[in-house]
Amino acid sequence: MTLPRLLAGTREDRPLSLVEHLELHGPGPPDGPHLIETVERAGLRGRGGASFPVAVKLRSVARRRGPRALLVNAAEGEPMSAKDAVLLQSAPHLVLDGAMAAAAAVGARSVVIAIPDDAEATRDALRHAIGERAANRRLTVADVPVAYLAGEESALIAHLDGGPLKPTVVPPLPAERGLRRRPTLVQNPETLAHLALIARHGPEWFRETGTHAHPGSALITVSGAIGWPGVREIACGAPLASVLDGALEPLRAVLVGGCHGVWIAGEEIEATTLDDIGLARHGGRLGAGVVVALGRSACPAQELARTVGYLAEQSAGQCGPCRNGLPALADLLAAMVAGRAPRDSRRRLERWSRDLIGRGACHLPDGSVRLLESGLRVFAAELADHEREGPCLACRRNPTLSFTRARWNVAA
Amino acid sequence: MTAYLRVDPIACSGHGLCAELFPEWIELDDWGYPIVDRGPIPEELLVHARRAADACPKLALALRAELLR
Repeated sequence: MTLPRLLAGTREDRPLSLVEHLELHGPGPPDGPHLIETVERAGLRGRGGASFPVAVKLRSVARRRGPRALLVNAAEGEPMSAKDAVLLQSAPHLVLDGAMAAAAAVGARSVVIAIPDDAEATRDALRHAIGERAANRRLTVADVPVAYLAGEESALIAHLDGGPLKPTVVPPLPAERGLRRRPTLVQNPETLAHLALIARHGPEWFRETGTHAHPGSALITVSGAIGWPGVREIACGAPLASVLDGALEPLRAVLVGGCHGVWIAGEEIEATTLDDIGLARHGGRLGAGVVVALGRSACPAQELARTVGYLAEQSAGQCGPCRNGLPALADLLAAMVAGRAPRDSRRRLERWSRDLIGRGACHLPDGSVRLLESGLRVFAAELADHEREGPCLACRRNPTLSFTRARWNVAA
Repeated sequence: MTAYLRVDPIACSGHGLCAELFPEWIELDDWGYPIVDRGPIPEELLVHARRAADACPKLALALRAELLR
């Protein structure tokens, strides 16, 4: 078991060239439908957030008729994630290899890579890498606005097809009707990079690291009260504590999974592992690998309220429950934190949250409720204090969670 | 046949007729949008479910043979 895999041999100052990439990883094997079975045996799960089994998606697109498409979803709408940008800026050929192999396996003729419109370094790295390769007529890079919902696949597809960046009702799934109404495989860049290595080295090799239920390695974006924030590659199932070694102070909690993630209380850190099973105990999953450390000097009530406020702003405003419910939750929580809310607010917050689940076209309400309910549980004491006494001293400090993209470095 | 009621949340504009016609299965949230029971609808209530779906001015409520999500 050697790590890093995806970030092996990468450098901070520029992407690996095609020659360097081939020296490191060797040439890719011949393409073909057998890849699907290989990926299935590897047990690869999507690294975009939902942890969906990749082979199931590959198969459901491969069995469709007519022209099919591959959409590489590098929108990275989660503001505290940077791993897709770092991967594309360090090892673009690994992602392109995976994209071409997946496209061949499902019979996709066109490949679109969607990146945030402000991601200049990513765009440059991709353009250059595509130029280094032969026969890339089917490969295009498309810009999407920076927004939380930019990574929501139905919204992304609607936008790329010339519509608004707003989710559509599912079904049909992208595998049934996606880009230009074609059956579309949507995959995250990290997922495709793993796939490229699985195609080379096989499923047994992939399983040499990680856990049985959650095999392989994963890219993690660590930020917050951490001395060296950045992106690193871990074995799935690694202790949560192992990515927090740079903590600047004792931690009150760790947010795992980003804005739709869950809070792990400080005293639970030692017992928590970074894999879907380990995080399921807390109602979460590894998702896109976002880890944010919240120090004891921060105000968790304030951080929770800010996060819910951010999510409410990200609503596309299409569905009544989300359009009304998320701002109402955010406002009520903000009022509670400010000590200005009526007495029964907590119960009302819980009822509104419960009622929201499953009532949007996309999972924005569900994910927001997951984060909120987790925060209400873990920070119950602080919230009760704020409801009674209003803002605390820490409320005025600079917040820990950031919803605007920062510059990140690889900390392998 | 097992039947389920499903709302298209984008199409729904919260008229609330469905909750009036089928209160056994549909209630309204604090903003007037329907909260629909996701379970299979008993045979004897199917007629109400169908009436509620037919009455929706936005065609946002549908009776389906399977639970889609």
